[in-house]
Amino acid sequence: MGSQYYDSKDLARFSDIGNNRPDLAEKFFEWYDATLAEGSLSAREKALIALAVAHALQCPYCIDAFSRDCLEKGADLDQMTEAVHVSACVRAGAALVHGVQMRKHVEKVQM
Amino acid sequence: MSVTISNPSGSGACDAPVHDRTFDRAIGECGLWPLTAGSVETLQINVGRLCNQGCRHCHWDAGPTRTEVMSKRIFMACLAALDKSGTVTTVDLTGGAPELNPHFRWFVTECRQRGLRVIDRCNLTVLLEPGQEDTVQFLASERVEIAASLPHLREPNSDRQRGVGTFRKSIEAFRKLNDVGYGDGRSGLRLVLVTNPGGAYLPGSQKSLESEWKRELERLYGLHFDALHCLTNMPLGRFRLWLESSGNLALYLDRLVDAFNPKAAANVMCRHLVSVGWDGRLFDCDFNQALEIPLDKSVSSTITDFDARGLAGRRIMTGDHCFGCTAGCGSSCRGTVA
Repeated sequence: MGSQYYDSKDLARFSDIGNNRPDLAEKFFEWYDATLAEGSLSAREKALIALAVAHALQCPYCIDAFSRDCLEKGADLDQMTEAVHVSACVRAGAALVHGVQMRKHVEKVQM
Repeated sequence: MSVTISNPSGSGACDAPVHDRTFDRAIGECGLWPLTAGSVETLQINVGRLCNQGCRHCHWDAGPTRTEVMSKRIFMACLAALDKSGTVTTVDLTGGAPELNPHFRWFVTECRQRGLRVIDRCNLTVLLEPGQEDTVQFLASERVEIAASLPHLREPNSDRQRGVGTFRKSIEAFRKLNDVGYGDGRSGLRLVLVTNPGGAYLPGSQKSLESEWKRELERLYGLHFDALHCLTNMPLGRFRLWLESSGNLALYLDRLVDAFNPKAAANVMCRHLVSVGWDGRLFDCDFNQALEIPLDKSVSSTITDFDARGLAGRRIMTGDHCFGCTAGCGSSCRGTVA
């Protein structure tokens, strides 16, 4: 294993996923581009959502790509930081709400 | 072949291989090579390097200590060129800060008396400098169009590029312009804001940023303007030095090349513009001027032998820095072009 498992240069090779089954990759990229285009939500709002999801998934490629995309859509560091906090607190909330599951289990087995 | 973009500020060409694509090859692939000019509609005059600011993105290294300033003799040659051109309708004044040139007001008045549209590329804060107390009134009385640079609508983002305190000064100057009717949409006093990214990335969508800036500047400060122009930072001068020192140069050049847009290439502003240097030399654009890339040898090279007919149809001297004007939605002094 190399010193870096993730290499930022690999992002430029994203289209390689079309090797062997280009028909599937074409469908994915078409859907991807259509989804992130300006719609009822602005392209910037979508980029900020994508940035938040990238943090939830902890995907370094997505964080690089959508950090730049957010800037190029006119977002600033305040807005991007808020998006990351949204991601983080939803993740934290999702963990905490499982505390109810824990409580139900304990209530059932404990005298 | 790899892309290298030379630097006018003296640190030489970039040795980092960036992309296996030159600008001439890129425009060749879309049938635009060699790039040729049409009729000369705009004379863009760079009146000198003197500026009251020292912005981090400046491709000229302009600042308060620069001494290169256009003389009255060259301005008079510009007027003579305008008188005989027959096709030039717009005089676009840039710098440095054009207002600091001692002949600025005289020249503007001369141009306006000839019925020419005059654009002043104003950094806003200069309007608060000593000696500039009535510049706003002068500009309004001559009905000069103002292209005012403002990097961002939030203070920290703007000050990071232009210096601490410049945003508040810009807002104060902006208000002075609004007070005499600039940007109200009724007076005919046109006020355009010009923004450029605060780092190594492309500008956002001009259309969507314009509506956001109009809404927010009205809400936060009660200010109004007519249009927003989004410009791409050119990897030259002080901005290039920052790209180098921050390790962003290769990444940024690659970004410009990757975002090449044939539609933007077809509409680059140099096709209908000639750029005049402070010393009277002619160039295809302000960036070629910064790089000291002269006009094609077959045409007049100084303002004293300006020949609009000969300049129309000239071959435009291109280089890999031209990717800065053709990336994404394109970039020109009148905003995006595609």
